[in-house]
Amino acid sequence: MPPSVPAVSVSDLGVCLGGHAVLDALTFEAAPGDFVAIVGPNGGGKTTLVRVLLGLVTPDRGAAHVFGRPPAAGEPGLVGYVPQAKRLDRTFPARALDLVLTALHQRWPFGASMTEKKQALRALDRVGGQPLADRPLNTLSGGELQRVYLARSLARAPRLILLDEPATGIDVAGAADLYEVLETDQEQRNTTILMVTHDWNAAYHHADDVLLLDGRQVGFGRPEEVLTDDCLREAFGHTGHAHAMLMGEAGLS
Amino acid sequence: MIPDLFTLPFMRRALLAGVIIGLLAGYYGVFVVQRRLSFLSVGLSHAAFGGVALGLLLQVNPLWTALPFTVVVALAITWVTQRSAVSSDTAIGVFFSAAIALGVVLLTFKQSYTVDAFTYLFGSILSVRAVDLWVLGGIALLALGTLPLWGRWAYATFDRDLARADGVPVDRDDYVLAGLLAVTVVAAVKVVGIVLTAAFFVIPAAAARLLAGTFRHMTIVAVLLGGTTATGGLVGSYAFDLPSGAAIILVQAAVFGSAVLVGRAVR
Repeated sequence: MPPSVPAVSVSDLGVCLGGHAVLDALTFEAAPGDFVAIVGPNGGGKTTLVRVLLGLVTPDRGAAHVFGRPPAAGEPGLVGYVPQAKRLDRTFPARALDLVLTALHQRWPFGASMTEKKQALRALDRVGGQPLADRPLNTLSGGELQRVYLARSLARAPRLILLDEPATGIDVAGAADLYEVLETDQEQRNTTILMVTHDWNAAYHHADDVLLLDGRQVGFGRPEEVLTDDCLREAFGHTGHAHAMLMGEAGLS
Repeated sequence: MIPDLFTLPFMRRALLAGVIIGLLAGYYGVFVVQRRLSFLSVGLSHAAFGGVALGLLLQVNPLWTALPFTVVVALAITWVTQRSAVSSDTAIGVFFSAAIALGVVLLTFKQSYTVDAFTYLFGSILSVRAVDLWVLGGIALLALGTLPLWGRWAYATFDRDLARADGVPVDRDDYVLAGLLAVTVVAAVKVVGIVLTAAFFVIPAAAARLLAGTFRHMTIVAVLLGGTTATGGLVGSYAFDLPSGAAIILVQAAVFGSAVLVGRAVR
């Protein structure tokens, strides 16, 4: 693949769900190895964008490409996906290792070879989750589950990782571990990372670029250019106390 | 007395039919239970009544009309659920009521229907004929042929979006599963009746859920429980002169009760 092909390319993207415009006129590119934080208010279309990039939602207008191909046409192993932990069906009988193995099988595993098990365990080890391997999924905390989902996405060495609010419900130390794992993968394998987050501070400190959404694209660019008082006020209506804290740090940096 | 059970041709046929349906229903039951589709097995078994009535009216083996009729109903329920804002339980409620109403209307055109229709309400495992066993064998082969789909169905059962994102044709697989479920439900209706069929698809799988820690084990345990409870129920019905379908369901219920206790003890 030519090096000039962007990891993610979105052009004039529009999505309507139930007759309501959820995303409108989105245009941005992420180069291989970029860490992009997607920020915006609830209902701003962040998760819908992730679903478009996974090939789960077909755009009504414009186009989205992942490594130069429409998302649904790409190889499944190209993209790792970390969904919101709250989506888990806790009645489903499964161990953490089963979930990680789905990354290698692209279906639910009935069995696995020793090589596959070792590969899955290595992925769990990278996120400090090897002791969780045989734990039933329904006994895991939100943070532990998020580690397992992250291990699942890392197991197949994807070139793009999409994360939907991965740090929600995780303590500060857990979130720090998460960003460390992501940044290590980004550094070692030039992995592109797109992460939906409500944490402006995390977006500011960890992302190369920030995409600020409010149904439409309020801004895209360097964190210090996008996470400004004006842009945040435009997207959220008001910036609240948390923003004041951020701006304090931003001002210092 | 019990050894006679295996020498009497009608009991041998009943046992074979009961075990095959038990195994198949246990297998599909894990998807029914984990996808919260218990009402679908109830709905399809009742919808089969419309197909049975059509067969009785046309004076052909009701199995041959109930099979396509119920498959069409299952596919229609899946289509409406996927393509509209209506939830699956609502779609099931609409289609199964309409199918029963159609059956009742069809039966008004035929005199002396009561006995035949009653047979299908409660089943007649002891009157299983050789042709029924051949049909069941065909359905079992169909299930074996679709074993490679287990991993895809299981993945979509766990999380439809994760499965879709990995290229699993989740919507198409839903139609295949619904069609196979419908075929198996009709076979079960012939044997245990419309009223009791759903239990075959729900109770062994629900008991298996309580005993198993992984979906693979749940499937294996559900299949084994489906087969063994059918055998146990038939032996019990023969020994104590009880209605066979009801005896099987009571054995399944007892196993489920034990699984609840064992599950609590393990926890």
